[in-house]
Amino acid sequence: MTTLLSASNVSRAFGGVQALNLCSLEVEKGSITGLIGPNGSGKTTLFNVMTGYVKPDSGTVTFNGEDITNARPDVVFARGIGRTFQLTRIFAQMSVLENMLVATQHDEGWLRGLTRSKSSPLEVDNAMEWLEFVGIARLADLQAGSLSYGQRKLLELAYVLVADPDVILLDEPAGGVNLTLINQIADKIRTLNAQGKTFLIVEHNMEFVMNLCDSVTVMHQGTDLVSGLPAEVRANPMVLDAYLGGGDDDEAPEEVVHA
Amino acid sequence: MLQKKNLWWVVALAAFVAFPLLQKNPSYQTIGVWTLLYMACAASWNMFSGYSGYIALGSGVFFGSGAYTMALISVHAHMAPGAAMFWLVPVAGVVATAIAVPFGWISLRVRRHTFVVITIAFFFIFQNAASNLSFTGGTSGLQLPFITWGVSYFDLPFYYVALGLVIFVTILSALVRRSRFGLQLLAIRDDEDRALGLGVKVQAVKITGFAMSAFTIGMAGAVYAMFLGQVYPAGSGFAFDPLFDLSIAMMSFFGGLGTLAGPLIGALILESAQQYLTVNYSNGSLYLILLGGLFLIVFMVMPQGIVVAIRDRVSKRAQREKAAVADNELLTAGAAK
Repeated sequence: MTTLLSASNVSRAFGGVQALNLCSLEVEKGSITGLIGPNGSGKTTLFNVMTGYVKPDSGTVTFNGEDITNARPDVVFARGIGRTFQLTRIFAQMSVLENMLVATQHDEGWLRGLTRSKSSPLEVDNAMEWLEFVGIARLADLQAGSLSYGQRKLLELAYVLVADPDVILLDEPAGGVNLTLINQIADKIRTLNAQGKTFLIVEHNMEFVMNLCDSVTVMHQGTDLVSGLPAEVRANPMVLDAYLGGGDDDEAPEEVVHA
Repeated sequence: MLQKKNLWWVVALAAFVAFPLLQKNPSYQTIGVWTLLYMACAASWNMFSGYSGYIALGSGVFFGSGAYTMALISVHAHMAPGAAMFWLVPVAGVVATAIAVPFGWISLRVRRHTFVVITIAFFFIFQNAASNLSFTGGTSGLQLPFITWGVSYFDLPFYYVALGLVIFVTILSALVRRSRFGLQLLAIRDDEDRALGLGVKVQAVKITGFAMSAFTIGMAGAVYAMFLGQVYPAGSGFAFDPLFDLSIAMMSFFGGLGTLAGPLIGALILESAQQYLTVNYSNGSLYLILLGGLFLIVFMVMPQGIVVAIRDRVSKRAQREKAAVADNELLTAGAAK
């Protein structure tokens, strides 16, 4: 196993709040890695640092052995790191299909966008395939803003997938979604993982994490507390302490990307 | 459906081409020139601000720079008054675009209200510069080479050049809407950070859009200066007019922000109404009172503008008709049983 994506000793403060404090995380190539921890433990901030939305005060992020610490989000995405957001973010006034097309061709120059049509038949086919994969192809022509919450989650997953990233960071894919859909999403993740995609998943639903993940890292007060196999982590008394006796709930901001 | 839509464009174009041939009254032809210039500006403004959601209120910079480009070159090159001066129109567009690049590079780092305020600040910097620099003639402005075309003929060249600008910007705007670039502008309007995270080079896209919208507005400014025969930084015959930006923004909102036809329709109605009232009642404040009232009514009844309101009505009617047909089929099926 080789490390595909890693953060080492990353720190980041927002005002007086130390959201990340020498936090390290390794994501093995081909794995499904879970990232859990109490509210405010810094999971989303770590996501934001790894995808270029937030610059760390110190520490490094590497992808495929290359330093991407201060790369912009569009560069990070073009390198092959896709992500979803805890609160789904879609392009509400565009059609579902147009949402998908935004994410294709991430690696072409901006000038080329002027001279080419917004989609080639190939890109539309590809986009429709992914919509089919997550099960919302019949909604392709609808305005994305009219989708239900669960459908938005699926759309967000689909338009990250359409760009064919190597690793996909999912921020609470099962949050606020009904049980049937949770199982569907878990199935999709397994299918994609079998095809070679690597996943890093932040999730509060323990059932979901423990069943799905090969390895789990627990975060607490801005740093990584324990990493290991799901069963080991579950049995670790420190983890129980962090969840039950933590006392740092909601101290650090979870959502730091300003709309 | 699509063909029917295209037919409307053809009919509108034919009407605009025919207007000055049928309406020989020079004062109405003049209204036509102003209206077309505002249509071009509103459509060009909408191509960036309407698509991207970045409401710029400093496009008067491009209009004024275009007007001054026409004035400065024609005066200093001692151009013979006449149609040859129209060659300066695209030059003015290029100058406006060149100004838009650093303007956008600075102002497009911020969003929403801050962006609006910065664009207004830029506008006043340019207005002040035009008033105070010596080569722009200061507050007394510049007199362009005096064109001596006959009264019955004078408006026509300006009218058709302005119509050309409208056609140009409408086609450009339609092409942008169909391009990947246009898709990226729309994505920026909906959620810029998300677009960035999906690989859209947002800063480059925004600056490009901003500069493209400056091009036609600069050309319109040049036609305006040539038509008036003089430019002043502020006052009557002003090149840098703060109301210019409010007007083209309002025209776009009124017609339908972010739509292709909306700004054209908005400018057609508002500018021709303003000019008509001014010509016939020569009372500027009457126009403002009527305009204020009109805006209140429009924004209460159809806040998304005329085009969107009509489109919604048409699609609702189509749905109702479909439903009615389905109901009828059910009824006949029921009756057959």
